[in-house]
Amino acid sequence: MGLILALLVQGLQMALVIALAPLLTGLVRKVKARLTRRRGASILQPWRDILRLLRKEAVLAQNASWLFRAAPYLIFAATWVAAALVPTFATGLQFSWTADLIAIVALLGSARFYLALAGMDVGTAFGGLGASREMMIATIAEPAMLLITFSLALVAGSTQLSTIAAVMASPAVGLRVSLGMGLVALVIVALAENARIPVDNPSTHLELTMVHEAMVLEYSGRHLAMIELAAALKLLLYVSLIACVFFPWGIAGPGTGLFAHLAAVAIYLGKLALGGTALAMFETSVAKMRVFRVPDFLGIALMLGLLGTLLLFVSRGL
Amino acid sequence: MAPVDAAALLAGALLLLGPAALVLGPRRAAAIYAAAALLCALVAGLGLTALLTGATSTTVLPIGLPWLGAHLRLDPLAAVFTLLLGLGGAAASLSAIGYFRHEPAPMRVLPFFPAFLGAMLAVLIADDAFSFLMSWEVMSLLSWALVMVHHREAETRTAGFVYLMMAAFGTMALLLAFGLMAGPAGGYGFDAIRAVPRSPLVTAVILGLMLLGAGSKAGLAPLHVWLPLAHPAAPSPVSALMSAVMTKVALYAFLRVVFDLMGPAAWWASPVVILLGAATAVLGILLAMIETDIKRVLACSTIENIGVIFAAVGLAMAFRADGMPAAAALALTAALFHAFNHMAMKSLLFLGAGAVLGATGTRMLDRMGGLIHRMPVTAALMLLGVTAIAALPPLNGFASEWLVFQAVLLSPGLPQPVLQMLVPAAGGLLALAAALAAAAFVRLYGVAFLGRPRSDAAATAPEADRPTLIAMGALGALCVFAGLLPGIVLDALAPVSAQLTGANLPQQAGQPWLTLVPIAATRSTYNGLLVAIFIAISGGLVAVAVHRFASRALRRAPAWDCGFPLNDPTTQYGAGSFAQPLRRVLGAPLLGARETVLMPPPGDLSPARLTVSVGDPVWQALYAPLAQGVTRLSIWANRFQFLTIRRYLSLVFASLVLLLLGLTLWA
Repeated sequence: MGLILALLVQGLQMALVIALAPLLTGLVRKVKARLTRRRGASILQPWRDILRLLRKEAVLAQNASWLFRAAPYLIFAATWVAAALVPTFATGLQFSWTADLIAIVALLGSARFYLALAGMDVGTAFGGLGASREMMIATIAEPAMLLITFSLALVAGSTQLSTIAAVMASPAVGLRVSLGMGLVALVIVALAENARIPVDNPSTHLELTMVHEAMVLEYSGRHLAMIELAAALKLLLYVSLIACVFFPWGIAGPGTGLFAHLAAVAIYLGKLALGGTALAMFETSVAKMRVFRVPDFLGIALMLGLLGTLLLFVSRGL
Repeated sequence: MAPVDAAALLAGALLLLGPAALVLGPRRAAAIYAAAALLCALVAGLGLTALLTGATSTTVLPIGLPWLGAHLRLDPLAAVFTLLLGLGGAAASLSAIGYFRHEPAPMRVLPFFPAFLGAMLAVLIADDAFSFLMSWEVMSLLSWALVMVHHREAETRTAGFVYLMMAAFGTMALLLAFGLMAGPAGGYGFDAIRAVPRSPLVTAVILGLMLLGAGSKAGLAPLHVWLPLAHPAAPSPVSALMSAVMTKVALYAFLRVVFDLMGPAAWWASPVVILLGAATAVLGILLAMIETDIKRVLACSTIENIGVIFAAVGLAMAFRADGMPAAAALALTAALFHAFNHMAMKSLLFLGAGAVLGATGTRMLDRMGGLIHRMPVTAALMLLGVTAIAALPPLNGFASEWLVFQAVLLSPGLPQPVLQMLVPAAGGLLALAAALAAAAFVRLYGVAFLGRPRSDAAATAPEADRPTLIAMGALGALCVFAGLLPGIVLDALAPVSAQLTGANLPQQAGQPWLTLVPIAATRSTYNGLLVAIFIAISGGLVAVAVHRFASRALRRAPAWDCGFPLNDPTTQYGAGSFAQPLRRVLGAPLLGARETVLMPPPGDLSPARLTVSVGDPVWQALYAPLAQGVTRLSIWANRFQFLTIRRYLSLVFASLVLLLLGLTLWA
């Protein structure tokens, strides 16, 4: 029974993340539009876009190699697997022990690696530009993420996300300075990783400042759909990660009944909506940064991560 | 026959294959390389069996010093490096069969190549200081001869000179270290050295000398400067051997002395090693990010990996000194696992770089491009290699880096606040190095293999020869194997961690689903196999579903490029432009990179120029002044060549008086 429920939860989670991811993107766009006094498209629009792209023929640049065609599926699969391993509404995932937080972050790194390579495959100036900048941003965001992981592991004694979530939900943790720093740092990293303002602009084109969009410029049709879906999944993953680590209340533990799981799904949906709204409000209130200011911005995350870790060494209570 | 006798026999056979090659001549080159490959495969098999049985065997040969003889020993530590040497050597020899077919001076390589392999094996099985240092020096000199193959190029001559200096310096440090260890009684056998008790100060001095001696061979900063010069200058199979295997022999020397021979070190020795390792990792990969020569990029990445390995070794030293044997076993196993992985992936990458060099005739990244169309098999295998070395799951580079991070996360158990603070910071540096490695290898692969060809040679490059492809395929399989089933490798390394730290990781073979559990299942687990299977299934299913139910139509068209596709392939991002953001962000503060833009005034038709100046800061800060000082000193000393006879006589007399005076005062 336990195994069946765990498998069910795991399967449900895989389906849920993929169904919800474009909706979250749609929600962010909708809220942004409302904040700037536009009506905005329905939150179903990203799903409609993806389905439309899937049905269209793919136009491939003459010089594109097999890597260019294989990369979208690889990127999508790696992101999907990573998203399926982050506890969203339940910690009792059947396969959560397959990868800890470090491995989940590295899986996203694999996806980015192949995306950057695909960006360079056609041999255009824009593709290389995007790949080069993306790797620069990742170079600073990844160590910051690892230092955040360190401080979480110091508090929870584990890098396993389900264990971290369980420890964070217990009353033993309480409010800590180091965790506050970790939260700020994680938010900064999440903004950078998802190509959001102020690091990158997800809705820009024909602009020298774009990063993510420059890499995927040559993609079309089903390939583009896979990449868009992967990007939406990544956003969902980071919102879920922040929710699971810093706001773990309401996640159903292993062995709880069906009703608890249903309630947890509802609470999770609420968290996603809150996260998406907060992101939209933040994005409308700040301006995009120059590319060479981004390292300074990410440097804050790096420093906060390091400070949080060192504070925990000074005193376990901080 | 005991394993050690077989090892001695194989080392002898490899060493003798060199002179035999002189007799047989270049016509039999393929046969000689094939024989070397076969012998190396036997070496690997021998190392594997010795490692799995965990037994130690010793023997004494009546050569070397008359009163000592040559003591030989094959214990688990030597066995794991023997395995490494065998695998790396077999792959490089196999590739050499094809590579040296178009070598203009085959006899400059042929005799040295197998002998170099034999000398490395002799270092590994030596059990007394004399045979160890002797083999070490033979290994150094043979590798120097291999670096100097293309000695007509000025660059190679510089590289050879710098390498020779560093090798001599390193051997001198080793000589002093073994002299200190032997103590006043002068027992040069390793068992005699083990038995001598030492004060902490002496131990610290020995450790420092080992860092200089073994560190200079391994490429530990600040003694790494010869490595990006010498490794690329050699022919590619030799580069693969030097980068993938010889640096590991240096690591073996360090481990042998620090963990086995010199006795327990104080805890304060470990932060030095950890910091040096982490700094080496960041410096090395930053240099790799900026180099524009494909083989130099790979050589710099070797520096990075050596840094990662030494940081893990330093962690193991810290845990061992503080009485945490289980943690020490984890850190040491991580270091050994990373050494194994680096052997596989760096051999693969260097052989691939050799194939590219053979096909395009250039090492400059900016003259390549689009090779994935012309060399599909090489490109696919190289893709495997760059994914592995960029520490990305599910391949092996990630598995070992993950273990290193798990060891870093055990640092709260250390009692010293210095270490507690320093280890997470070092962990951050290692993470930075890993992220930079991903950037550096996107650049290498993207510029060399993807995009459009930047030269005619790249546009017409032929596929690599078959032996090289087979060797690369075998190494790629090794990367996949160690990445998906790291538990098997860790279990095989258990005798070594038991020998050096007295503890073992939990047995991995019994874990459900072959999951990697370094400490405890609640703490951290990773399963590369399942991750790979999940990715393959979900990616494959989605691809099939999309092609089946959505659309499979495909049309080729000119590139879009925002509406302004430019035909000139130089408008692509090249090696320099790809590095530009990171050069500005990290290169300017850490390497002193400068960009100067020469912009002609309006109306002037002369072209604008961007000049980038960047170099190794260690070279400018340490080696350039040193070289200058030596030059100045020799100019000054040159005066003694032109004295009158009276002055010479008075000099002789004065030195005699001084010596006698010193002797009287001493007494």
